[in-house]
Amino acid sequence: MEFTLITLLNGVSYGLLLFMLSSGLTLIFSMMGVLNFAHASFYMIGAYFAAMLSAHFGFWTALVAAPLLVGVLGALVERYGLRTVHKYGHIPELLFTFGLSYVIVEVVQLIWGRASIPYPIPASLDGPLFTLYTTTFPIYRGFIMLVAVAMLISIYLLLTKTRIGLIIQAALTHPDAVEALGHNVPRVFMLVFGGGCALAGLAGVVGGNAFVTEPGMAATLGSIIFVVVVVGGMGSLAGAFVASLLIGILQTFAVALDYSLSTVLQMVGVVMNVSSPLYALFSLTISQIAPVMPYFLLVLILIFRPRGLLGTREG
Amino acid sequence: MKTNQIVNRSSASRWVTWSAFAVLLIIAPKIFHQGASLSLLSQIGTLMIFGLSFNMLLGQGGMLSFGHAVYSGLGAFFAIHAMNLAADGSFSIPVTLIPLVGGIAGMFFGVLFGYVTTKKSGTTFSMITLGMVELVFASSLMFPKFFGGEGGISTNRVIGKAFFGITYGPQIEVYYLIAFWLFICTIAMFAFTHTPLGRMINAVRDNPERAEFIGYDTQWVRYLTLILSAFFAGIAGGLSAINFEIVTAENVSAIRSGAVLLFSFIGGIGYFFGPLIGAVVGVFLTVMLSDFTKAWQLYLGIFFILIVMYAPGGLAGIWVANYRMVKFGKLRQIWPSLWKMILSGLLIFSGLVLSIEMLYQRSLGLDQGPEVTLFGIAFNCLANSSWLIAGALCLAGIGIFSVSRAAFTSVWNSAVSEIESAILKGYE
Repeated sequence: MEFTLITLLNGVSYGLLLFMLSSGLTLIFSMMGVLNFAHASFYMIGAYFAAMLSAHFGFWTALVAAPLLVGVLGALVERYGLRTVHKYGHIPELLFTFGLSYVIVEVVQLIWGRASIPYPIPASLDGPLFTLYTTTFPIYRGFIMLVAVAMLISIYLLLTKTRIGLIIQAALTHPDAVEALGHNVPRVFMLVFGGGCALAGLAGVVGGNAFVTEPGMAATLGSIIFVVVVVGGMGSLAGAFVASLLIGILQTFAVALDYSLSTVLQMVGVVMNVSSPLYALFSLTISQIAPVMPYFLLVLILIFRPRGLLGTREG
Repeated sequence: MKTNQIVNRSSASRWVTWSAFAVLLIIAPKIFHQGASLSLLSQIGTLMIFGLSFNMLLGQGGMLSFGHAVYSGLGAFFAIHAMNLAADGSFSIPVTLIPLVGGIAGMFFGVLFGYVTTKKSGTTFSMITLGMVELVFASSLMFPKFFGGEGGISTNRVIGKAFFGITYGPQIEVYYLIAFWLFICTIAMFAFTHTPLGRMINAVRDNPERAEFIGYDTQWVRYLTLILSAFFAGIAGGLSAINFEIVTAENVSAIRSGAVLLFSFIGGIGYFFGPLIGAVVGVFLTVMLSDFTKAWQLYLGIFFILIVMYAPGGLAGIWVANYRMVKFGKLRQIWPSLWKMILSGLLIFSGLVLSIEMLYQRSLGLDQGPEVTLFGIAFNCLANSSWLIAGALCLAGIGIFSVSRAAFTSVWNSAVSEIESAILKGYE
């Protein structure tokens, strides 16, 4: 019981962090059709900016300023890079962001070095939030959840209740009509790209000190968030939310479980040893296959529900 | 992404091209015979097959795969196990045919994984291939018996009886084995572009909707192409297993897949021979440039982005466009503005290289002193003057570029339209 609850809470907070990343990716994809391969790189830049800013001006300034800086950077990338490539189609756009992810990792190493940099959790958020039976739950994990939920609500309100949100939604389906009404659609795209990158930057600010701030951090989350977006359904924000939580919980549980197929067989009375056929397969524990699980889920979803959990279109 | 192949080329000139290719492969080790060049040539040959097979997907099918190394890597693992079995004597196969083992293994996994990946096209396909390569890479660390864990699987390629004195011990014999397979695979892949399937995959790339309307199942066309491409990728993997005598999990990684994507695109995916150029450039960049500078991956990334933005045809595209200018005698017309562009490019390039090298020296190499030697001149990366020089070079380049760019574009475009009207006249 204790184990289940704590693991569930950890899973949800990890899932919400995944959602902060995948929401920006989904927004950019559904608006512009651009799959931003460098999305996790902006997450990394957010963490590095936050580490620098919080060392000088404190964590709360960094929480606001770092995502804004990343957003500006993203807007610049859209304006001077992506827009040039846009005329060639979606695949070259994807290639451009792929190249960008290479360059960003190298530039980060160039500026901050190859080792991880110190980025501590602020003192006011350090410590246990509550104790469940015997296990404590840290405040910072609760804070991540709070930030993610606040972000989710504000995106929702922004997209449905404000004027700019309505224009963005209209530009998604009918860019020509919106342009004919006098709105600057390329600028809307620039804002969306910058906004999506800012969300990734925000995830970097809270994720950077929950985990480690190092040049490899983009690569560790990069491919998982693509899985989230495909599993949830391409371009569906709600789908990305469900898939993030699902993968977050699935992976957190899997890492903690030490059972294998041979344990199950032992329960029904079949004992396996090294010489049994397929022993390598049967002796794998769930925690050992945890890194593979998201990708396995991806394959299953593609076979049985190709449009994703909440997706509406066959891509 | 159009293929600019001239279909109705006379068969005589085709014979000349292929014979020249064969001769080049045979005499290459005679021309480049210094130290490590034989090993470089072998790597280039392997990468050429790999790049061409990758381009069957991207160039001809419009399928951007982030996981092509899965097929070459798994092919390499099966090839190396086949060699180890042959050395034990439990399985009899000559080394010459080992690449075929890799090819068949690659094809098998193409059948298996391709069924899932080719369900989608476009960007979704790319994401699924990325998931697939992560799946295979993570699994490879779970089964250390087959994949050898972190250390990989190693072998000895000198097995069995010598065949007409060929033992594959010396590197030169391995080179000729690779050259032999490269020649066969290149012909086969070129022939593929002329088969009905090769034509249909172009149609599916350009307009999947119309291809469906005339009665083709686009998913099936993509699937069949992927299986064939995986076969050739597996052959490349088998050859690399023979060449290096070791295969590690890195062979099935996203890094390896990304590398073949970078090099093929730099070479030019719109042309059949593009990946051949890409392979040469790629091996030189990874092997030679990494000796000169720590920043070689940064240069590679920037170079790739520039190609994507300004020369989507790759190096092959640049070559073809300029060759056409020369062939139609337009060089005199464009040269007055072309040299300004080249000059500005060189200025920006040298300024950028200088600042990147100095930055690297500052952040990673200060313990070896602040001096950076570039173009035969020593720059102090801590002195303001060197940074001023770098900035001035960049600014001068950008200045010339922005002033002369418009003139160059108009001169270039008018030359191109003159050539096109000349070609049209020739047809009348």
